[in-house]
Amino acid sequence: MNQVTSRRRLLKGGALLGGGLIVGFSLPSRAQAPHQQGPGQLQGGGQGDTPDHPTAFSPNAYIRVGHDGSVTLIMQDTECGQGIWTSVAMLIAEELEVGLDQVKLQAAPPDLKKYTNPLLGEQATGGSASIRADWIPMREAGAKARTMLIAAAAQRWGVDPASCQARHGTVTNASSGRSASYGELVDDAGKQPVPDKVALKDPKDFTLIGTSPRRLDTPSKVNGTAVFGIDVKQPGMKIGTVAACPVLGGKLRSFNEAAARAVPGVRDVVALDDTLAVIGDHMWAAKQGLQAANPVWDEGANAAVSQADIIHALDQASKTSGVVAKSEGDAAAAIKGAAKQVEVVYQLPFLAHAPMEPINTTIHVRPDGADVWVGTQVPVRARNAVAQVTGLPHDKIQVHNHMMGGAFGRRLDVDSIFQAARIAKHVSYPVKLIWTREEDVQHDLYRPYYYDRISAGVDADGKIVGWTHRITGSSVMARWAPAGMKMGGKLDPDAVEGAADTPYALPAHHVEYVRNEPSAVTTLWWRGVGPTHNIYTVESVVDELAVAAGKDPVAFRQALLQHDPRALNVLNVVAEKSGWGTKLPAGQGRGVAVQFAFGSYVATVVHTEVTTQGEVRIHRVDAAIDCGPKVNPNTIEAQLQGGLVFGLTMALYNEITLTNGRVDQSNFHDYRMMRINETPQIFVHQIDNPKAPIGGIGETGTAAAAPALGNAIFAATGRRLRRIPFATGQLSSV
Amino acid sequence: MINLIVNGQSHTVDLPPDMPLLWALRDVLGLTGTKFGCGIAQCGACTVHVDGQAVRSCLLPISTVSGRPITTIEAIGDTQTGARVQKAWLDREVVQCGYCQSGQIMQATALLDSNHKPSDADIDAAMSGNICRCGTYVRIREAIHAAAEQA
Repeated sequence: MNQVTSRRRLLKGGALLGGGLIVGFSLPSRAQAPHQQGPGQLQGGGQGDTPDHPTAFSPNAYIRVGHDGSVTLIMQDTECGQGIWTSVAMLIAEELEVGLDQVKLQAAPPDLKKYTNPLLGEQATGGSASIRADWIPMREAGAKARTMLIAAAAQRWGVDPASCQARHGTVTNASSGRSASYGELVDDAGKQPVPDKVALKDPKDFTLIGTSPRRLDTPSKVNGTAVFGIDVKQPGMKIGTVAACPVLGGKLRSFNEAAARAVPGVRDVVALDDTLAVIGDHMWAAKQGLQAANPVWDEGANAAVSQADIIHALDQASKTSGVVAKSEGDAAAAIKGAAKQVEVVYQLPFLAHAPMEPINTTIHVRPDGADVWVGTQVPVRARNAVAQVTGLPHDKIQVHNHMMGGAFGRRLDVDSIFQAARIAKHVSYPVKLIWTREEDVQHDLYRPYYYDRISAGVDADGKIVGWTHRITGSSVMARWAPAGMKMGGKLDPDAVEGAADTPYALPAHHVEYVRNEPSAVTTLWWRGVGPTHNIYTVESVVDELAVAAGKDPVAFRQALLQHDPRALNVLNVVAEKSGWGTKLPAGQGRGVAVQFAFGSYVATVVHTEVTTQGEVRIHRVDAAIDCGPKVNPNTIEAQLQGGLVFGLTMALYNEITLTNGRVDQSNFHDYRMMRINETPQIFVHQIDNPKAPIGGIGETGTAAAAPALGNAIFAATGRRLRRIPFATGQLSSV
Repeated sequence: MINLIVNGQSHTVDLPPDMPLLWALRDVLGLTGTKFGCGIAQCGACTVHVDGQAVRSCLLPISTVSGRPITTIEAIGDTQTGARVQKAWLDREVVQCGYCQSGQIMQATALLDSNHKPSDADIDAAMSGNICRCGTYVRIREAIHAAAEQA
């Protein structure tokens, strides 16, 4: 991280970016962007060659054109299901003037110089930051390559480049009637200077951007041929499974190696100080062997930690003052003098990620090098983890990144790759190490438990006069990217995102952060990061204030959003489309939430029913989104739909709890997922706003779900639920 | 010795009889389209057809399927219903990460083989054992209706 971050200036006006895992560095100007470091590095071949597609023309880090006209696009963002490979291919192809039917996509190797996402400060995929970072640079990469190809053709024909056109991988000159395919031009194109500046297309001339072509990664995902990390096959490969100490910090005391080896198909037993791995011909042998080995643990200092201890510590810490993230006006005095006050505590649980593809790493460590086959959101960290364990130089470690069966932030860490390297050092063959679902749920790095104290007041006219918000919880940033911390390392900007920068006009506003690290738990990014936490708390309290003021929740928000036309517009659209204000049967209600996060405006209405048994049935969700330019409207809809289901699942069911230092949940029977029979109708309403800055979409729905549902449950029942998850007994006595 | 007849091909394997079919398919026969998700028949990612019925291969001992026809995602497109379902999945752009979709498609194909015009309630009943963490359920429902209409 350090060598990357040192090159970046501190962010000014970060809220304008809409945040979301923004590590806190400026978006480099185009001249500083890592992919544009000068003509010397922009020309020539090198990386990206494959035996079947020798590169003839590689004008930048993202585009390779072969003599046969084949176009390979190097994807710096990883494909976890969010559709980014298709969208980025569209950006490049739009300006390169090739069809999506002509391109092949390849995962980028670890290379910070070429593939750093400037919003994240490293080569990483997360924070709904990909399209925001790529919107201009990827189109420029395509335009520069196209310019060079056209220049090569014009030179060959002795004509003005302006008289030539490129379409679908071919340059033509109308007056002379000549044409040449890109493949015929590559050698000459490589000799052309890389243009400093290129004009990008007027949006009215887009042929791909704004359309919804079929995704490029999906055909292989419907016929079983897609290769996820867990599907990797290597010659001589064996398969292992692992048990790490179920209490964080504990050690392996003993195990029955003979019993493990007696299981047919078991080949090796590898014991680390805190982990036992059994390796065999297949997963069944490994699983049976691990069970037979029956590891016994010294559970260490965390052996007695309970959930109540953790919550008690958070509660105590939340009574102390923290580092100030925002302070405008005298909020405390304003609340004291308000006509109506709300003083509440909201709690959000530890969360596991539980991507459908269980954690796995295939790795071959040799004396002179290593190969890793894995799906990771952070390929450089993956390589560095293997280097740290093996002592091998970076250039001897190949990271073969794969499509991921879901990531949701889980694969932003490399704990499992680090573990795999430690195990693989002890065997000579390639080994695929697979975590069982139980190992995944119980050894995840969890979304922090947040404990939020909020006080706010409204005056007699129903206007908010003051707001204080103290957030207490673990800092993911401090562990994962300490350079992203603010105020001398004390303020985690992610922990307060969405709280210190609400869309509302608040005359007196005070936000603090108290860092409190729980025992027995390591924390990590989770889909929606800061906004999933704070949009829930803020939008819930806004709703409480609307009730206190005797106002309709939509009208109350409209009055607070008069200064922000984009926020007001999504709210108005969703109110109309959802039928806000129309009468519902008893036991049903609608709830609303408004947000600006990840650079996008979203307003959401959930229509829910709570049965007399306390069962929550969600009938319908409407979401209006203004993300500025729309690259792929079908993907925007899909991400809202899926993100909402992800967030509703969390809001209804999800929490990780601990007893005696061990995670209580273990699999989908007790870490429950929303299923098709529980899924509401979901309607996504996309606003046309092509001139606005582009926003991210992958996490917007997840952040929107819980507040809109919680507010709907209140509307249906009069019960205000201030702790997630909602459907674990909190409504049983309705 | 156990005889596994997978996608029309017969394999005689020397494996523990209690080994779940999932691991025989993935780790022995190399058919990795069938996915491991939970190992306890809670998620449906491992769904295959045995005698035309959708079953969870993660708990199914190979001794119980010896000699019976097994179909996996790799060959479901060879059936008329399976091909229709796959096409509907692509046309409606159901897929996100795709990891659960092998199981979803196998389950949906079995549903449409037994019920040519399923209602939303029929779809919910048949598909509720298949988890999609990306939350593609709305489109799965639409795609099953579309596949039914194309029959």
